[in-house]
Amino acid sequence: MSGPNTDYDPVEVTPLHAEEVERTRDEALTAFTEAADLAALQEAKSTHLGDKSPIVLANREIGALPPQARKEAGQRIGAARKAINEGFASRLTVLEAEHEEQMLATERVDVTLPWHTPELGARHPLSLISEQVADVFTALGWDVAEGPEVEAEWLNFDALNFQPDHPARQMQDTFFVEPAGSGKVLRTHTSPVQARSMLSRKPPIYVICPGRVFRTDELDATHTPVFYQVEGLVVDEGITLAHLKGTLDHFVVSMFGEGLEARLRPNFFPFTEPSAEVDLKCFVCRGASVGNPDRPCRTCGSEGWIEWGGCGVVNPRVLQANGIDTDRYSGFAFGMGLERTLMFRNGVEDMRDMVEGDVRFSRQFGMEI
Amino acid sequence: MRVPLSWLREYVDVPAGVTGRDVGEKLIRAGLEVETVEESDLSGPLVVGKVLTFEDEPQKNGKTIRWCSLDIGKDEPQWVVCGANNFAVGDLVVVVLPGAVLPGGFAISARKTYGHVSNGMICSSQELGLGDDGTHGIVVLEPGEATPGDDAIELLALKDDVLDIAVTPDRGYCLSIRGVAREAATAYGVALKDPAELALDGSGAGGYPVRVDDAEACSVFVTRTVTGIDAKALSPRWMQKRLLASGMRPISIGVDVANYVMLELGQPIHTYDKARLSGEIVVRRANAGEKLMTLDDQTRELDIEDLLITDDSGAIGVAGVMGGASTEISEATADVVIEAAHFDPIVIARASRRHKLSSEASRRFEREVDPLLPRYAAQRVADLLREYAGGTILPEETVVDTHPLPDPVTLRADHAARVAGAPITLTETVRHLESVGCTVEAAAADATAAPLAAGVHAPVLAEVGTTTVGAANVQGDDLLTVTPPSWRPDLRDPNDFAEEAIRLFGFDNVPSVLPAAPGGQGLTVSQKRRRKVATALVGAGLTEVVSYPFTGEADFDAMGLPADDPRRTTVKLVNPISDEEPSMQTTLLATLLRTAERNVGRGATDLAIFQTGLVFLPKAETKPAPLPSVAHRPSDAEIQSLYDALPDQPLHVGVVLTGLLTPTGWWGKGRPAGWADAVQIARLISSAVGVEPVVTNVELAPWHPGRCAQFAIGGPDGKVVGHAGELHPKVCQAFGLPTRSSAVELDLEALIAAGPESITAHPFSSYPVAKEDVALIVAADVPAADVQAALAEGAGELLESVRLFDVYTGEQIGEGKKSLAFALRFRAPDRTLKENEVADARQAAVQVTVDRFNAVQRVG
Repeated sequence: MSGPNTDYDPVEVTPLHAEEVERTRDEALTAFTEAADLAALQEAKSTHLGDKSPIVLANREIGALPPQARKEAGQRIGAARKAINEGFASRLTVLEAEHEEQMLATERVDVTLPWHTPELGARHPLSLISEQVADVFTALGWDVAEGPEVEAEWLNFDALNFQPDHPARQMQDTFFVEPAGSGKVLRTHTSPVQARSMLSRKPPIYVICPGRVFRTDELDATHTPVFYQVEGLVVDEGITLAHLKGTLDHFVVSMFGEGLEARLRPNFFPFTEPSAEVDLKCFVCRGASVGNPDRPCRTCGSEGWIEWGGCGVVNPRVLQANGIDTDRYSGFAFGMGLERTLMFRNGVEDMRDMVEGDVRFSRQFGMEI
Repeated sequence: MRVPLSWLREYVDVPAGVTGRDVGEKLIRAGLEVETVEESDLSGPLVVGKVLTFEDEPQKNGKTIRWCSLDIGKDEPQWVVCGANNFAVGDLVVVVLPGAVLPGGFAISARKTYGHVSNGMICSSQELGLGDDGTHGIVVLEPGEATPGDDAIELLALKDDVLDIAVTPDRGYCLSIRGVAREAATAYGVALKDPAELALDGSGAGGYPVRVDDAEACSVFVTRTVTGIDAKALSPRWMQKRLLASGMRPISIGVDVANYVMLELGQPIHTYDKARLSGEIVVRRANAGEKLMTLDDQTRELDIEDLLITDDSGAIGVAGVMGGASTEISEATADVVIEAAHFDPIVIARASRRHKLSSEASRRFEREVDPLLPRYAAQRVADLLREYAGGTILPEETVVDTHPLPDPVTLRADHAARVAGAPITLTETVRHLESVGCTVEAAAADATAAPLAAGVHAPVLAEVGTTTVGAANVQGDDLLTVTPPSWRPDLRDPNDFAEEAIRLFGFDNVPSVLPAAPGGQGLTVSQKRRRKVATALVGAGLTEVVSYPFTGEADFDAMGLPADDPRRTTVKLVNPISDEEPSMQTTLLATLLRTAERNVGRGATDLAIFQTGLVFLPKAETKPAPLPSVAHRPSDAEIQSLYDALPDQPLHVGVVLTGLLTPTGWWGKGRPAGWADAVQIARLISSAVGVEPVVTNVELAPWHPGRCAQFAIGGPDGKVVGHAGELHPKVCQAFGLPTRSSAVELDLEALIAAGPESITAHPFSSYPVAKEDVALIVAADVPAADVQAALAEGAGELLESVRLFDVYTGEQIGEGKKSLAFALRFRAPDRTLKENEVADARQAAVQVTVDRFNAVQRVG
């Protein structure tokens, strides 16, 4: 900082002449404008705004002026400095923008390149469809019930009105647990979970039971000794066959789409009376292929309906064996094979694909079915 | 049961023009499982021809062909080449003309052969789809059976649809044309011409002597005798055709008639050569050590539970299953004793299973045969033998009949409507029950409803109306007494009758009503956590697979399990799919490693798979599971013993990693999956269910002895929930996996159970963090996790986190030692920490490691 300029003739302080100040300002502005890049601009800044720059030096001379002249000189210098500062700032903005643009342009990449973090894996579609079924029924307020796979023969058969020497018991080719006569089997259906539900819960009972079951079939394109079923059971007051139909219709719509329905065909199962097979209206052709050779349907074989499972009104003998008061309660039950469901729903052609554990099968599905 | 439509039409006036497919559709709606309808692909012209001339022409290939002219009812004779020689001039034969298609899609055209143009051909039995008639030649019709030019398709009923019906166990009566005809008659609303309604000419006594020692097992036994038959006579062609269409081979007149009547009426028949019987026929249980050579020429050891037909010579048949060879009819038989009996279904079912012998007879008896049939069936057999084998029917007849009449059942008149939830009127209900053969009466005033009628309160009951039964006016809550017909032993509970009424009312006419369940709670905690684990694993790049749970010694050997490893103690199956894999898995890896092997074998060498599933762990003491009564709920103790008898079956999760975890790419070399990835996945699974297990080094097959982490919950001495790490090199080799593959197996059920009930939030500080790094030199075998735990313990409350960020071994720190570098973060809840506070906490942390592990701080 310099003190008052008492030693000089105030009139003769050249740098403060108006023409001189204007020249200094214009030189600075020109230098900034001509600076091609940020480095050049910084250099111009130190030349024209630095401690040794003409405008700063000129400013120091103001103190040497007589008081009456200081104001005018100060205003002149101040205006010039402001203009120079603004010139610098605006050039800086331009150059910085240019610089950033250049830098971003050089950093461009090919975003289609792969990367090395693992991609999402996949669920097995049998798990996904089990969960989807469970979700349909939990939304109705039902519980998802489960049970063991090595099961007491009584729970697998007797409790469900399969009498010891009845042909129905032989129909389900059963794996028996050693030693012979152990009273234990690999469950041949998920129905023992129904028995367990009735033994452990009090009505009203609304349960859905997905699970793995076993029969002594050889593996081929349409059979597997290990497969998945889902069964539903309701025991409540006033339950009728109409409720079974309503439930199946809702299930069909939830799994296959609006406007579809279930159809019942009379059949025989020991644990239900009346019993029926469940067909579902073909979700592909919706019946349009029937009797219409121009529009054949692969999904339903142009039958218009697809066989899906079995169902019926719970046989009161089953309720009785499981301690349900048949004067007060009635029930219905239904069951489907999940492999079969996947086969027609998702176009799986060979049962073996579903059971061999080939990752390519699961990976087609990801987390959706 | 195969049902030719032409046979069915004999007893039911199915409308003209109705096809087999139409009938099948109707029967399906009525509850029969019609599996297929075989439609004949035969098409004419197929005509009767009369042989006018023929010339034998020997050929170079050694054959002799006949160049024949035939009268087929046209002006000019038809000239054809024929390879057979079992006919003479004047014989009537079946000629297929150009343009026709024979069964199997064989199109016929005029063609040049053996130097002639053959305009069609003369047909054999097999070519017409009638099976082998034993002539080794063409079909020769009876003289006068037809005139030349007649349509042979119509004459021989060649174009016939065949329904194949899978008869369910409750519908034994449908193992007969009679039974299926009854269903078809009901379905079409037309009358049934019952083939069992025939005139009995037996005297009811004095037939071949019979004694039944076990009336419960054999409630009816009828015999008729036909003498002087020509056992060599051929069965009529129509009968052979029907047998063939039904899937049975014509054998001889005696056998064919018995089979024919069984198919027609559903009553199994046995025929004996009277000359080979000795003394009284006795029906009794077998004695210990008794043997019998059955018709299939096998000598069978009999069980004392077997019901036998015997004579003075001993056993001559296993009742209802198979006859014996010694009394079989043959070409020399003149006099035949016909047996038509009724056997207890369970007795027959057991014998059939015991001898692994399922015959046409046993299949029917197991499902129970109409007990009123035997006399009629025996009569029918006798009639046919007289007609086609020239026999004489003796009027004497043996009739043993102790079969009880069917029990009537009392049920509410509106029961069908109550079960269906549909407005089935009482009038309809009664009509439907009567159409299946029931007798319906108003119940006596003091009758009570049968038990096992579920108390259904359908909103449709107002619409069922009233009806008249006999003289009584019946309301919905009045009781009916319903007696089932003799052929429906399956009708015994109110719901059985309800089913009959509902299926005839039509399942399609039952309304659709979604029942309202009480409010549920959605999935259980365990079910939700299983989904979280699966989602986490998929997020980490793993693919879920399934495997069969069957395993065996080979898998355990490949896994390197020691001989006394508890995982070799398994739940075994009596009848496994493969004798090599008789066991249920005790470890998921036994089957998951095989699945990995299959994938690697198919080229997927970089594999990251997981599977959840039950493992089967036998209890120390194995008890049989009881079989309590089904008449009521088992006692709590019985239920408990059912559950206790079963093996433990916890849910496990298994993981196998092989090859590269990250692929080689433009970023550089890929990274192989290793032991640390396996351990990290086990940690990931634990975190997904909110559990922080304790990890320690252990040695356990199938893992690398130095690279196996044990996971425990509830502290270092807590429950072991599984293992993770690199597989033993020998295991990789045995399963054909790339070296350094790794695996995880955790008891998912135990982990899930250890998860938190709920999480309580802790406040966190907004004051600045103080970071300190510590490098400690410890012996190489000190687990890093222990050092970290010691630091955390010593650092006290101010410690926010501690994380291992470097492990170093090398010359600078000496042999047998390692340097572990930790990043510590300190923070106070209420203030900015002062430098000396942080230094003190750091020092306290280090001090515990010094005291516990002789750790030395590494400086610089």
